[in-house]
Amino acid sequence: MKLDKKTKEALFEFLLMLGDNRLILGHRLSEWCGHAPIIEEDIALGNIALDLIGQSSAFLNFAAVVEDKGKTEDDLAYFRNETEFKNLQLVEQPNIDFAYTIVRQYFFDVYSNLTLESLTSSPIKELAGISSKSLKENKYHLRHSKQWLLRLGDGTDTSNLKTQNAVDNLWRFTKEIFEHNETENILIDKGKIPETVNLSEQWYDLINKTFEEAKIKIPENNSDFSSGSRNGFHSEYLGHLLAEMQILARSYPGAKW
Amino acid sequence: MSKKNNESQWTLWEVFVQSEQDGPHVHVGSVHAPDAEMALQNARDVYSRRNEAISLWVVPANSIIATTPSDNGPFFDPSRDKIYRHPQFYHVPKGLK
Repeated sequence: MKLDKKTKEALFEFLLMLGDNRLILGHRLSEWCGHAPIIEEDIALGNIALDLIGQSSAFLNFAAVVEDKGKTEDDLAYFRNETEFKNLQLVEQPNIDFAYTIVRQYFFDVYSNLTLESLTSSPIKELAGISSKSLKENKYHLRHSKQWLLRLGDGTDTSNLKTQNAVDNLWRFTKEIFEHNETENILIDKGKIPETVNLSEQWYDLINKTFEEAKIKIPENNSDFSSGSRNGFHSEYLGHLLAEMQILARSYPGAKW
Repeated sequence: MSKKNNESQWTLWEVFVQSEQDGPHVHVGSVHAPDAEMALQNARDVYSRRNEAISLWVVPANSIIATTPSDNGPFFDPSRDKIYRHPQFYHVPKGLK
């Protein structure tokens, strides 16, 4: 694959965004292992966590190839620091309760489905390939989180309250999903990834439709948004997550099991 | 959720997996779930995660009508001494393949 320096750097960053989102969310979901409300859901969340970590592995592996500095996907996952992670602030937010977990997951799943679907038409065949394989998994994730959201929102008074509370508190991390950044712009200009400007409209349409059905309201305060993850600004939760995720690889470099 | 359910326990669903085209759906176990869609999802996550299935059935366990141990005598014993109901009982005439 022949790419000029600028495009190559942009592609590397873009792959980090895709990989980091899935790595961090996958890790968050893995924290439910042994703690989910019922054993069936424990297994479901574990499956989804593993899918996401698998997708992350594919994106980061390709990122390492593009970067061409002799690194591996593990180097990228375990030996980068907090400010070097490109994941959305949304996915690093703590589990708190099952409603938070499902709302966070639903926001991400809708976004992920739209992004991966558009990336399947990328002329970079590795990117298109990983995206189309991941899309299949994500379609199931979306079905899972959407069905839960409908049942929690339109369930009991308590489940509605908890879900609405999660939406109210996570809403401020949603605008960041669609902030266009230099990295994406370069790749769009070079024709390496499809133009995705309409993505946010589709996202809001889908969210609105589901929320209406789930009797959940979109928060009215629309000014207090948090962003900056693509430039290394994260919430206070990412550092703690990374400490736990990276400690083994950093304490025993090259450890195998 | 129907009122019949115990508050802490969802409905029990029996899960049947078909592992190949034209093969039978075989009973593999059960899951708890509040409704059919969630039962199907739980069955998918618990019983098809290692590529075992091409089709899944879930059936509310209370929809299955089963014999009880007290039925065993009248139901099954009478067939024990009727070995002529097995095709192996009969000799195949010579020359027939």
